[in-house]
Amino acid sequence: MDFGGAKRRVDVSLLPDCEVGNYIIVHAGFAIEVLEEKDALVTLDIFKQIEAALE
Amino acid sequence: MDLSKLQSREAVGRAVDLLRKVDPGEELRFLHVCGTHENTITRYGLRSIVPRNIGVVAGPGCPVCVTSTSAIDQAIEIAQNHARMYTYGDMFTVPGGSGSLKDARAGGARVKVVYSASDAVRLAEASVEESTFFSIGFETTVPATASVVLSGVPDNMSFITSHRLIPPALLALLRSGRIEIDGLICPGHVSTIIGTEPYRFLVEDFGIPVAVSGFEPLDVIVSLIDLVKQHVDRDPRVYNEYTRAVRPEGNRVAMDMVERVFEVCDEEWRGIGTLPSSGLRLREEFSDLDAVERYGIGERASKGMPAGCRCSEVLLGSSQPTDCPHFGSGCTPDRPIGPCMVSSEGTCRIWFQYGGRRDY
Repeated sequence: MDFGGAKRRVDVSLLPDCEVGNYIIVHAGFAIEVLEEKDALVTLDIFKQIEAALE
Repeated sequence: MDLSKLQSREAVGRAVDLLRKVDPGEELRFLHVCGTHENTITRYGLRSIVPRNIGVVAGPGCPVCVTSTSAIDQAIEIAQNHARMYTYGDMFTVPGGSGSLKDARAGGARVKVVYSASDAVRLAEASVEESTFFSIGFETTVPATASVVLSGVPDNMSFITSHRLIPPALLALLRSGRIEIDGLICPGHVSTIIGTEPYRFLVEDFGIPVAVSGFEPLDVIVSLIDLVKQHVDRDPRVYNEYTRAVRPEGNRVAMDMVERVFEVCDEEWRGIGTLPSSGLRLREEFSDLDAVERYGIGERASKGMPAGCRCSEVLLGSSQPTDCPHFGSGCTPDRPIGPCMVSSEGTCRIWFQYGGRRDY
């Protein structure tokens, strides 16, 4: 696992489907979920929707 | 991955404008139960930019702060007399009934800080010494220990487990009236493991709006907007703001491992008391891995918080760190009195580091 440059061994037993190249959330040395960038942008979409609904 | 849009001043400013638009102006009190949320809120000064009537309060979200002194004292005895003790960095420094594992190491006990349960197993495998892993934490950390137990550990290895569960604790605290809130910001990475369903009782039984939130400033503000809207619309539900990391069903692989290794038990939360079904213990078939049994360690008296310390009230959100006469004078990260000043997830420590008072 490459933490923005720092390399650290991570246990992937809780996330058997993760692949090389994925962005993952690591907690206490264990990968717990794959992060999708498109999902990160959903927050921005929701926020735009609320904004639109109020205008 | 670029999350800078979720941190940008412009986006957060626009979100706060939206929050003002939906704000009904009445006093509202939203609780979060995660040290990392407190870190985001305090570090980015979010309390100072949201409307004054919207209170965001920290609850019992610091796992080492609520770890019982009896478990810490048992770990110290094992480290002094029976085995090398491996544990997480935060647990190393929290004082139990008398002193911390760090103090014990200074007195000659064998204690080593590790990054993960797997690192503890690797070190135990490479050693002939008796080795114990002191495993603490909420739902996010439990699967790591379950995974290493199921993978098999060397004969010289055992565990002290002291784990606590967030939803049953919330249930007990709400039932007893010890917390009164208008909405709950649920912890992101606990929810990555357990999913969003375990919070449904908050909506159905208590009518409390719920938002599962991420940890960037925009995540927190968008969660607050949704909580306020749920409150105003009288339409409580479980809103998942943190979709990039939380599936409704959680991480089933992790939950299955926890289920195979642990069973639910009543558990003591330091400074709060024993809460029904809020803890986990090793199942009978893994009892040979229980260090307390292996080394014949007796029960230890459970002590609450040190005299004069307000950590109990801080953990329930009924006091702010700055209400405590010791905060920043008698109690600092270098010379802490209570556990909330020790851990990097403790509310007092975070307020000391970043300045938690509202900046009017």
